[in-house]
Amino acid sequence: MSAIGRLGRRLYRGEVDIDFVGRYKLWSILSGALLLVSVLGLLIQGLNLGVEFKGGSVFSFTKPPSSSIQEVRSTFEEAGVHQVIVQEAGPRWRVTTETMPAAEVTRVQNTVSSEFGIPGNQISKQIIGATWGGEVLNKAVIGLIVFMIAIILYLTMAFEWKMAMAAVVALLHDLVITAGVYAWSGFEVTPATMLGFLTILGYSLYDAVVVFDMIKEVTAKLGTASKMTYTEAANNALNHTLIRSLNTTLVAILPVAAILFIGTTLLGAGTLKDLALALFVGMLVGTYSSLCVATPLLVLLKEREPKWTALAKRLQAQRRGAVKDALVKGAVPAAATSSAKAGGGTVATAKRKKR
Amino acid sequence: MARSTSSQSRPGRTLLALLALILAMGAAMFLQKALTPKYGLDLAGGTTVTLSPVTQDGKTPTQESLDLAVNIIRDRVNGTGISDAEVAKSGDNIVISVPGAGQEEVVKKVGTTAELRFRQVLAWAPANAVPGKMPTAPATPGASGTPEPSSTAKPAPSSTAKPAPSGTPAGRALSSALTAPSPGATPSASASAAPSAKATPAPSAPASEPPPAEQDPLAGVDTSGVDPAVLAQFRTLDCTKKDIGQGVQDDPDKQFVACSQDRTAKYVLDKAAVKGTEVSGASAGVDPTTGEWIVQVTFKSKGASQFSQITGAITSQPEPRNQLAMVLDGLVISSPRIEEAIPGGQARISGSFTQVTATDLADQLKYGALPLKFVQSSIEEVSSTLGADQLRGGLLAGAFGLALVVLYCLLYYRGLGLVAVASLVVATVLTYASVVILGHNAGFRLSLPHIIGLVVSIGITADSFIVYFERIRDEMKEGRRSLRVAVEVAWVRARRTILIADAVMFIAAVVLYFLAVGGVAGFAFAMGLTTLIDIAVVFLFTKPFVAMLARLKFFAKGHKLSGLDSERMSQHVPVTAPTTVTQEG
Repeated sequence: MSAIGRLGRRLYRGEVDIDFVGRYKLWSILSGALLLVSVLGLLIQGLNLGVEFKGGSVFSFTKPPSSSIQEVRSTFEEAGVHQVIVQEAGPRWRVTTETMPAAEVTRVQNTVSSEFGIPGNQISKQIIGATWGGEVLNKAVIGLIVFMIAIILYLTMAFEWKMAMAAVVALLHDLVITAGVYAWSGFEVTPATMLGFLTILGYSLYDAVVVFDMIKEVTAKLGTASKMTYTEAANNALNHTLIRSLNTTLVAILPVAAILFIGTTLLGAGTLKDLALALFVGMLVGTYSSLCVATPLLVLLKEREPKWTALAKRLQAQRRGAVKDALVKGAVPAAATSSAKAGGGTVATAKRKKR
Repeated sequence: MARSTSSQSRPGRTLLALLALILAMGAAMFLQKALTPKYGLDLAGGTTVTLSPVTQDGKTPTQESLDLAVNIIRDRVNGTGISDAEVAKSGDNIVISVPGAGQEEVVKKVGTTAELRFRQVLAWAPANAVPGKMPTAPATPGASGTPEPSSTAKPAPSSTAKPAPSGTPAGRALSSALTAPSPGATPSASASAAPSAKATPAPSAPASEPPPAEQDPLAGVDTSGVDPAVLAQFRTLDCTKKDIGQGVQDDPDKQFVACSQDRTAKYVLDKAAVKGTEVSGASAGVDPTTGEWIVQVTFKSKGASQFSQITGAITSQPEPRNQLAMVLDGLVISSPRIEEAIPGGQARISGSFTQVTATDLADQLKYGALPLKFVQSSIEEVSSTLGADQLRGGLLAGAFGLALVVLYCLLYYRGLGLVAVASLVVATVLTYASVVILGHNAGFRLSLPHIIGLVVSIGITADSFIVYFERIRDEMKEGRRSLRVAVEVAWVRARRTILIADAVMFIAAVVLYFLAVGGVAGFAFAMGLTTLIDIAVVFLFTKPFVAMLARLKFFAKGHKLSGLDSERMSQHVPVTAPTTVTQEG
């Protein structure tokens, strides 16, 4: 407990130094596995598209006295129907469901008829097309592509193309994983879910942009004679914004978590839950990816630049010398302090030794 | 007051400006007697209309023409994309649901037929040359929420960042050319490529369009024979708006003003020369000799003679009167230049088509040629699609989540947490007022996804001041002497981060608003709105408020509860890294 308390205090003071970038192997294995599982889910399970995309059936019948929306909905759900939307249309109930085979329709009709005492032939049924048809979806996809291009251009201008790439890759990563969660959980994909996806899009980028802005600021100060490699500086920047990232995520996710919790426990199926899940997963993944995917990827791209390679080489040689000196003296703490002067990255090294 | 260092801020004034803004919005709400937002279908229910389309000769329409009709109607009922209407095909019927009860006027609007017409172009101008209304970025918070009482009151984003570059107005439409499918097709086909090169409006137009064209789209244009009323309409037509007149019933016997479908150009058009009913077919194909995509149109006998007559009459006329526009549902879908009279009832449109654009045009000509009549079969009021329980649950959850956020802010940021909570309150007030005002002036309908989007935007809003607070704390840790200086220095750094991050959100919102339809557009609109409000809150409230508080002893001296106390900041060392080691080692 006190360990957590201490971590909390150190987080608060900004003294924590976690080697995010150095653990890129761990992250790439983790992300790779998540992506694989997600893609498999999309291929094997597929997405459970809602009535709005696939079209469905509409049942309509005169309102029996004293029947509530909840009753009508549960009657349909008991008959084994998913995606039930109940509406009052004047003196009638109008119930939209997924598309069903004829036998199923008859069964539902019978259930409703016995439950509410309405003759089966007075329940009208209709097939309805998708309100979110191909055109809407196509345009959404085009919008998405243009959006990606616009963002890449903007970030290239505001930062540089490597940061733009890293941010967009992290974004795609988030979208695929969120979609994977939907595939495996079988939660319904409604227009609301789609909009949840779009929110994630903005959120994921937002998060990455704030981190990158700090990285840009920190690395801009690095010259050829600096004591930090690009990797270390980036990691340092990441730790600097860590509290912000955690706080932001917490503040953003608390309401969503509340909606998700209430949506699943109190309300059963419904739009709320579908939307909240997309957001919940997307935000978690978004925070993870801006720390553990976007930044390591950026570092990978940047360390190939001659300027940074040279710096890293020089520092490596220098430090090897320093450690050797220290070992000759035989004092480990001395090694730690002397190398600590080199900056954040070496502190991480020292800590790793301790474990 | 004006004693402290460098970039002098006047927090009091800024806060007063914000107060004025809020009061203005409040006054607007009271004057319009609009105190609650307008809700969308899922929250408020609405009117559902079932239309049974039949072709003009009373037959059942084909599925293709039905699909086209659904798309046209979708554009009509939800032209701006923020009114949350739904259109679906139901068997051979079309079901339209619009939010709100008793929406008869909507039924009237969508129940009209969409017919293709061929009209001679009398004048045209690039769409963005609307006098006195240059696109300006509404980055200023004032633009986000101020009511625009005029009939052109449209969502702020619509006047910004028009995706179409002004350099190529009416790109394809003008570069296509109508030529006769004669044996001499080969030379004329290759010739059609040449005009397409010189046809770019800018070079061909200078004689008729001098630079001041920006002030008046008609300056220097030959307007002889054009009805002055139509010209006045032309001047004020704004094709950058989301709703650009779909479904305007163009009277075939009158002159007509229309935007191009890609909203890059606007036209004055003559009376209809040929009606769509005279088109017997259209198809897209590849010209075997040039490999170019082309569209072939065939006319019925009466249409053939009308078409031959109009093409003969206009070929010799000066630009742009030698163009023949095809108008579908109030929009110009193409306006090729006529090179020669086209007899025989067969026309060929060539130009810079791709497979997609050629097929699109052919479909529009073919199905638009079969005007559907809509017989209204039923109209009923429906309740919301979302149960009251869901709505209640959502509100409850939202309130609970917000309470958690407030609690967390206070626990973590102590005194600064109050600023955070106050900022959220200001953001909420601004958002609510904007939604109400937009609902009553621009038809913005709040639906559940919007509400959730707004709840999520709490995170984005909060992030802005978290970024700022963390910067202040960084400054303090690095040993700035006074809080007042730290507040200013931190602001300069935080401001850039906030603006870049918000720009990303805003780009997302603008792109999605203009390119997506239906619910996505409405959602993007809400997203753009909250981004602007976020900027407004941080600039007009959070920063000045913090600057004011920094003068209080409570904060400046780092009281234990201020969130800036020296004990909870790292006490001594400015550099953070070595501390870790010394503490543990």
